[in-house]
Order: sequence, then C-alpha cells, then structure tokens
Amino acid sequence: MLEAVAVGTVPERTARERRARLGLAACAALAAAAALASLAIGPVTIPVEHVLAILWRAMGGSVVAPEIGLRESVVVLDIRLPRTLMGLMVGAATATAGAVMQGIFRNPLADPGLIGVSSGAALAAVLWIVLGASLTAALPAAGLPAFLGEFGLPAAAFAGALLVTMVLHVVATREGRTSVATLLFAGIAFGAMAGAGTGILVFIASDQQLRDLTFWTMGSLGGATWAKLAAATPFVLVLLALAPPLARALDALALGEAAAFHVGVDVERSKRLAIAGVAAGAGAAVAAAGVIGFVGLVVPHLLRLLIGPGHRLLLPASALAGGALLLGADLVARTIAAPAELPLGIVTAAIGAPFFLWLLLRRRAELFG
Amino acid sequence: MIDAREAYEATGIDYAVPGRLLLDGADLSIRPGRVTALIGPNGAGKSTLLKVLSGEMRPKRGQVRVDGQDIAALGPARLARRRAVLPQDVQVAFPFTVAEVVAIGLPPGERAPARIAGALAKVDLAGFRDRPYAALSGGEQQRVQIARALTQLAGCDGPGYLLLDEPTSSLDLSHQLMVVELARQVARAGGGVAAVLHDLNLAAMIADEIVALKGGKVAARGTPAEVLTDAVVADLYGVTARIGIAPTAGPFLLPQAMARA
Repeated sequence: MLEAVAVGTVPERTARERRARLGLAACAALAAAAALASLAIGPVTIPVEHVLAILWRAMGGSVVAPEIGLRESVVVLDIRLPRTLMGLMVGAATATAGAVMQGIFRNPLADPGLIGVSSGAALAAVLWIVLGASLTAALPAAGLPAFLGEFGLPAAAFAGALLVTMVLHVVATREGRTSVATLLFAGIAFGAMAGAGTGILVFIASDQQLRDLTFWTMGSLGGATWAKLAAATPFVLVLLALAPPLARALDALALGEAAAFHVGVDVERSKRLAIAGVAAGAGAAVAAAGVIGFVGLVVPHLLRLLIGPGHRLLLPASALAGGALLLGADLVARTIAAPAELPLGIVTAAIGAPFFLWLLLRRRAELFG
Repeated sequence: MIDAREAYEATGIDYAVPGRLLLDGADLSIRPGRVTALIGPNGAGKSTLLKVLSGEMRPKRGQVRVDGQDIAALGPARLARRRAVLPQDVQVAFPFTVAEVVAIGLPPGERAPARIAGALAKVDLAGFRDRPYAALSGGEQQRVQIARALTQLAGCDGPGYLLLDEPTSSLDLSHQLMVVELARQVARAGGGVAAVLHDLNLAAMIADEIVALKGGKVAARGTPAEVLTDAVVADLYGVTARIGIAPTAGPFLLPQAMARA
C-alpha cells in the first residue's frame, strides 16, 4: 500500500482551477462592461459605439465617424472618463486591500472599512483639507509646482491608514493569532476617533472645506478630475504591484504564521509589505472618494465562494470585480435620483450592510466559540 | 562523535517564557537515515525543543545548525529547502481544498499535480483531492498535513529532514502504523526524522534513537531498549511499569501492567 503508489493519470488542472480561470476572465469582462456603461450612461446617453470611437480617436486611432459631435467627445473624455477610471481605481484598491488584509489577519471579516483603516485615512485626509490648505498655498512661493498639492491628500490618507493598520496589528495579533473581536472593537474606536476629529475640524473649517468634509463622510466619485486621478494612481499601483508577489505567502498564512514560516515564508517581511500596500491602497481610495464601505468585504468573500481562496487568482479577480462593483454602485448613485446624485457610500452600504449581517449569521458558531 | 556537517543539531538550548525555563541546556541531534523519537511527560519541553529546532522559536541560548550552517543565517526560504515540519494542530482559514493545502508544501512557483496526488495516496487520501479541507475529520486533516510535509520534504535539496510534532495525535491505530512506516521510509531514503510522540510503544517501533526530556533537560537518550526501562519510565512519568521485550520488535509496555506511583 505504501510503496510506489500507482497514481494513474492526474489532470493538469482540476475543475476548480479551470473554473477559477474562467471566473477571472469573467471579472475582467465585467469590469470592461461596467466601464463602458459608466462612460455611456448619464444625463446625456451616448451610444456605446460612439464611446468606443471617441476612446479610439483619443488614443490616436483614426475613426470615420462624422456624427460624433464635440459635445459627446467632451462629456466622455473630460467628464466621464476620469470618473470611470477613478471608480475602477478606487474599487480595485478597496477590494484588493480587503483581500490582502483578510489574508494577513486570517479572517474574512477584516475589511479596511470595518476595522478602522479607512477611518484613520479619512481623519488624516480631513486634517489635510482643513489644515493643509495653507501648506498647499505656500507651494508656489517655495518654487514648487502647485499640482504637488494634489499629492498631499492621498499622502496624508496613506499615513493615516498606515498608522491605524500598524496599531491594529499590534493590538489584535498575538502569537500569530488574531482576535476578531479586538479587530472589530478597534474599528469602532477608530471610527469614533475619526468622528470626533472630524467634528472638531468642522468648527474651524471654511464653507468650501465644509463641503469637502461632507463628501468625506458619505463617499462619492463626483469630485473626480484628471489631477486627482493622477495623484491617487501611484498609491493604488503600489498596492496592485505589492499584492501579487504576496500570493504564496498569503496562501501559506492561512495555515498560521508558524506553518507559513515552515514552508519558507518570511512572515514578518510579508506582513510589513502587506500592511504598506493595504495602507497605500485604502488611503488612496479614501483620498479619492471618501469612505466607501463594504466593497473590501463583499468582493473577496463572494470571489472565494466562486473561484476559491487561492490568492494567485483571488487578488487580480478582486481588483477587477471591485472596480466593476464600484462603477455599478456609482451608476446607481447617479441615475436613481437623477438629476440629483446619491452619495456612493450610501449605495455600497445599502448593498454591503445586509451582506455583512448574512456573513455574521453564517459564521456565528466560530464568532461565539 | 558524528560529523556536524551531516546532522540537524540543537546544542545547549535554553528557552524561557516569563517566569519559566522551558528548556534548560537541551540537546538534540537528527542524523540522515535515522529516526529520533522525543518522549517525556506533558510540559517536558518536547514541542518547544522541536520548535527551536525548526527555527520557529529563537532560543535564549544555544545553537541550531543544519548540516553545519546556523539556521538563523539561512533564512526561512533556504531553511524550507532543508527541512519540512508537521506542526501540532493546524487550523486552516478560508475554504481551501485538500489539494490546495498540500500544494502549499510545494516550492514557490511550482505546480505538481502528480506529486500532490502521490503524497495524498501515501496517507490513504487518494480520492480526497477536491474535498474542502474544513469538511474532513480531525484524523483526515492531520493526514493532509502529513502529506503537505512530505510534499515539502520531496522538494528539499537532498533527502532533507522531517520534524513531526505529535504526528499521530488524531490518528486511528492503522494510520498510526502508517506514520511509523512513512517515517521509516523517509529514513531509508536517507532523510533524518524527529518525532514528538506520547505513545511509548509507537516510539519504540519508529525510533533508532529515543531522547527523553524531563523539566526541559534531556533525562535519557539511547536506543529504545536502552531508554525504555522500568527505571526510566518511573523517573519520567512517575508510573510503575514492567517493560517486556518482544523477540523481534524490541521493548513494549502493556497498559494493564502500569500504575501511577
């Protein structure tokens, strides 16, 4: 029985692996479809073939399409495209940050929004809005280009997210095990701190700043411009570049930190990289669109059910599906009460909060255990 | 004296947690082609010594060397190509399948479906590849972890070393014997094996050498026949026992013939 076991033919890929690849392709298709819909739908509906033609022409391609007016071109390229790209970016960053964080904490409830990382980023961002304005104003005097000021906001949010993530890691993890209860309670604490901080800042804020603050608390892609996109992108790319090389470490960490070390993972280094990446991604997302909850919770969880928990495919699939979900939610936010626009955070909370409750219900046994 | 370049050794290990010295100058040497069993009462420091040996815990004092190299200088990735470890009680977060858990033992970037299937067959789990790990019984989960450790060992440079922390704790009689056979197989192929065991009969069957720990110190070491004596068992566990010698299989203990002192 034990010697030279005849294994027979082993298929190169299991059904699950094939399905996972299909799922990843589906996520890519979904993101592309959501992006096209986001470019086409709005107060002025633009046919998809026009959208494609405008994009093609903007990339230097030649199009024979005389019926496309300047107005359509401006709407697509100057108004909707930055918002669409920002949506993809914010969704990808939020969902990937969620997946990475859940892997590091070995828990599917570790969403940057729920455990206070986004709150920390938001508080730092609000601080920057109210107190950083004078710094930005001083840039030209110091001989620096004014657009550098755009980076101040995501950089502040990154710093806030990083600080909270590091504190969480110290507070909630002991001997390679993470207390979910501590994580969630810490999330409440950070949320309250951010609320208090924002409350204080409201008193000293100017009218313009006050309007910006409201945007933070609700979450919206409404403020997306090419400049803001350019400021957020490097931070998101840090996360998207750090995440895939961590896939094996995150898989191994599912067995615990000791077992991950046994199979050759440098656990401390992996955690440091993951925390930096999560902070960059979650910070940039908050800087760009305010606090948008639940995307980082819902997307990785559904994808684990669909394509399995292996991080090699889960991370890119989360980025794509996160972008798609965020654009979908944004589409709902700006069409459901048109011409008024619903805050995006309200839409994602309306979808995500019941999902979170369902998740708690399913995991009741281990939460009480 | 054995050649230090061909052994996995911990020497003069002190390991302390606040208020308690868990290991007090303990030594352990694993050699290629041999199986070493670690025995001793609860809290003797068996698992701690294995964890120090694996590199998971850093000792307060003492050295751990694999084939002459300090493991701290090797780093996790290179160390993982020298030795595989079966830890006690592995809980898997997220719904991984059996094959996915075993695949975590593969070297980075490698895909080897046939090797995974082979490792699963070795632990009697041939048909279990696509089952969710969480749905298995405790004994089946332990066998999956054994398959994972064997997969890692197969990817090691050379025959490698295998550290097993209570590999039979959840296994039925037949699969306890399977572990004995697997460990012997690894040793026959030139690998070195260390196993923490509670069952002294199993230790006698599996081991070329038994190291008995008590209070963080090595209390006895030698062949099973040398270590498993009435006097040593009485000293280690405070149990009086009469140890028999089977003509072909070495020493054995009958539970019916034991009593707490």
